[in-house]
Amino acid sequence: MNLLTTFLLAIREVRRHLMRSVLTTLGIVIGVGAVITMITLGRGATEKVTSQISGLGRNLLILMPERASRSGGPPASTAPFKIEDVQAIVEEIADVAVVAPLATRPLLAVYGNENRTTTVTGIDNNFFEVRDWRLSMGRTFSETELRAGKLVCVIGATTRKELFRYQDPIGATLRLGKLACEVIGVLEAKGATFGNDQDEIVLVPLRAFQRRIAGNRDINLVFVGAKSGESTAKVQRDITSLMHERRHISRGEPDDFAVRDMTEVTNTVGAATGILTAFLSAIAAVSLVVGGIGIMNIMLVSVTERTREIGIRMSIGAMEREVLRQFLVEAVTLSLLGGLIGVAGGLGCSALVCFALDLPFILDLSTVFLAFFFSGSVGVVFGYFPARKAARLDPIEALRYE
Amino acid sequence: MTLITPTGESQENGESLVELKGVTRIYGQGEAEVRALAGIDLRICQGEFVAIMGPSGSGKSTCMNLIGCLDTPTSGNYRFRGLDVGTLSRDQRALLRRHYLGFVFQGYNLLPRTTALENLELPLIYRGVRPRERHEAAKAALQVVGMSDRESHTPSELSGGQQQRLAIARAIVTNPNLVLADEPTGNLDSARSVEIMELLTRLNRDRGITIVMVTHEPDMAAYARRVVHFRDGVIASDEAKA
Ligand SMILES: Nc1ncnc2c1ncn2[C@@H]1O[C@H](COP(=O)(O)OP(=O)(O)O)[C@@H](O)[C@H]1O
Ligand SMILES: [Mg+2]
Repeated sequence: MNLLTTFLLAIREVRRHLMRSVLTTLGIVIGVGAVITMITLGRGATEKVTSQISGLGRNLLILMPERASRSGGPPASTAPFKIEDVQAIVEEIADVAVVAPLATRPLLAVYGNENRTTTVTGIDNNFFEVRDWRLSMGRTFSETELRAGKLVCVIGATTRKELFRYQDPIGATLRLGKLACEVIGVLEAKGATFGNDQDEIVLVPLRAFQRRIAGNRDINLVFVGAKSGESTAKVQRDITSLMHERRHISRGEPDDFAVRDMTEVTNTVGAATGILTAFLSAIAAVSLVVGGIGIMNIMLVSVTERTREIGIRMSIGAMEREVLRQFLVEAVTLSLLGGLIGVAGGLGCSALVCFALDLPFILDLSTVFLAFFFSGSVGVVFGYFPARKAARLDPIEALRYE
Repeated sequence: MTLITPTGESQENGESLVELKGVTRIYGQGEAEVRALAGIDLRICQGEFVAIMGPSGSGKSTCMNLIGCLDTPTSGNYRFRGLDVGTLSRDQRALLRRHYLGFVFQGYNLLPRTTALENLELPLIYRGVRPRERHEAAKAALQVVGMSDRESHTPSELSGGQQQRLAIARAIVTNPNLVLADEPTGNLDSARSVEIMELLTRLNRDRGITIVMVTHEPDMAAYARRVVHFRDGVIASDEAKA
């Protein structure tokens, strides 16, 4: 009897006991379904987080005035940078494509009857480039606006929506604290990163910000875009030693600034979600083993119940290995059936959850095949013992079995 | 024609199918030892129709199991078609059954929840017959036993007599040399029993299938052309009809 025939007969057997077969495979269904769901959701979450981080800009380094806290708490802020620090970076560090300093302060923005507390940020046009932010309408700052310090602004999508509703904001004048400020552009919507709405923002020229809003010449943050294809790690080292020099930090003293490499953060977060996914999948895989034990249990019952059938087959001339194969194939058919339902259920379930949590749904075929392969293996491993028991029955006793 | 003669004479000219020599079968050990067969000699030739009779516990079924290669003798020698069965492995005996033997049991032993046709296809599946030929052969066998109108019935939907006819069809669907029937009419009323006996007689006569049948009833044994009596694990008499 060839394998195909055995398989077809196994399907016939499974259909003959449909209800029992479905219940038998439930463990496998749940196991495979859980593994598929975990892996798919994990992939989706990783993808979303890394795309959010890379949404901050490619090859991006961020220079911040802060000191790592010794107790492990949040870092303490330290003396801000000066425009000379920014110039030094531009002049002295190789492989730097663009440098964008910024200063920032929360302020009430008012237009008509509407008002919003927004992050008012002083920038130059490099900022748009380094963060890869585009305008949906209007323009960026002109040279004169940047130099003369005239108060004009580019606003974020949320700020626009809250203050202007459906009116055209370009050319309108809103108030930032006590100052009047003309809107010249609107940013494309970026969405929230880590619960922080990036579209709730008012961008003004850095000079004007320092002179008229902050009243000082501080730089709170410097974005540095490394040339593409260059190692951000090297640029990070170079900036670190430049800042050591400029901020007079001697060897052994703690840094009062930090240079964050966003590529690194992306990798770290990616690895962390990867570990979490693997961990959850491992837990889910345990239910696969439990499912396997369920199959073994039912197959043992089935062998006992079908003792007489086995006797009949043997009297007809079935060899030991044919009986073994029949029961093994039945177990594998059951577990593959479970795997199939589990894969379908798992994909359906993760598609739903992805939709609900606004995660990208990434179908990974290798995971699907692996889950399928594993459910088949579970059938082989846990089906073997009952099958061997069937194959070793004595035909005369099996025929007499009531 | 020369086969139908008294024991020991012209049978020696016929082709010997089954040959038991000094066969014993002992179950258990020591105190619990049971000598089910205490040394029997039996020769059955191709084309015979043999009835085995004897009181309950006299070793008839034990002997049938041995002839059917389901079991091996404790001592003595059994040759089936000249092959020494005692030296064969479990799988080799399975292959012997597959190719040369058919079984009919008192309790029918059909696969439950399986249609008549599927039951008949089973021995052919093990023989590796292709689906289409298998189907044809199964239908033909069903026709031989007069049950063509019941192909998709399961055993539970059939009467006892029909089930036994189906079991006979399964035994002969592979065209075996020898059909072993252990009390085939044991569960049937006399009218059904006669049907079964006529069927067996016909198969023996028209298709030359050797039949060895155990029965308690002299009426049934009358259909056979040779009757072997067992008593206490030995053959008490062995008579052929003229
Ligand atoms: N598997 C077995 N184990 C022990 N004793 C057995 C077994 N099978 C049969 N016997 C014994 O062997 C003897 C012959 O049994 P059996 O051949 O079935 O008799 P019959 O078919 O003529 O009624 C009986 O005494 C029976 O109890
Ligand atoms: Mg008996």
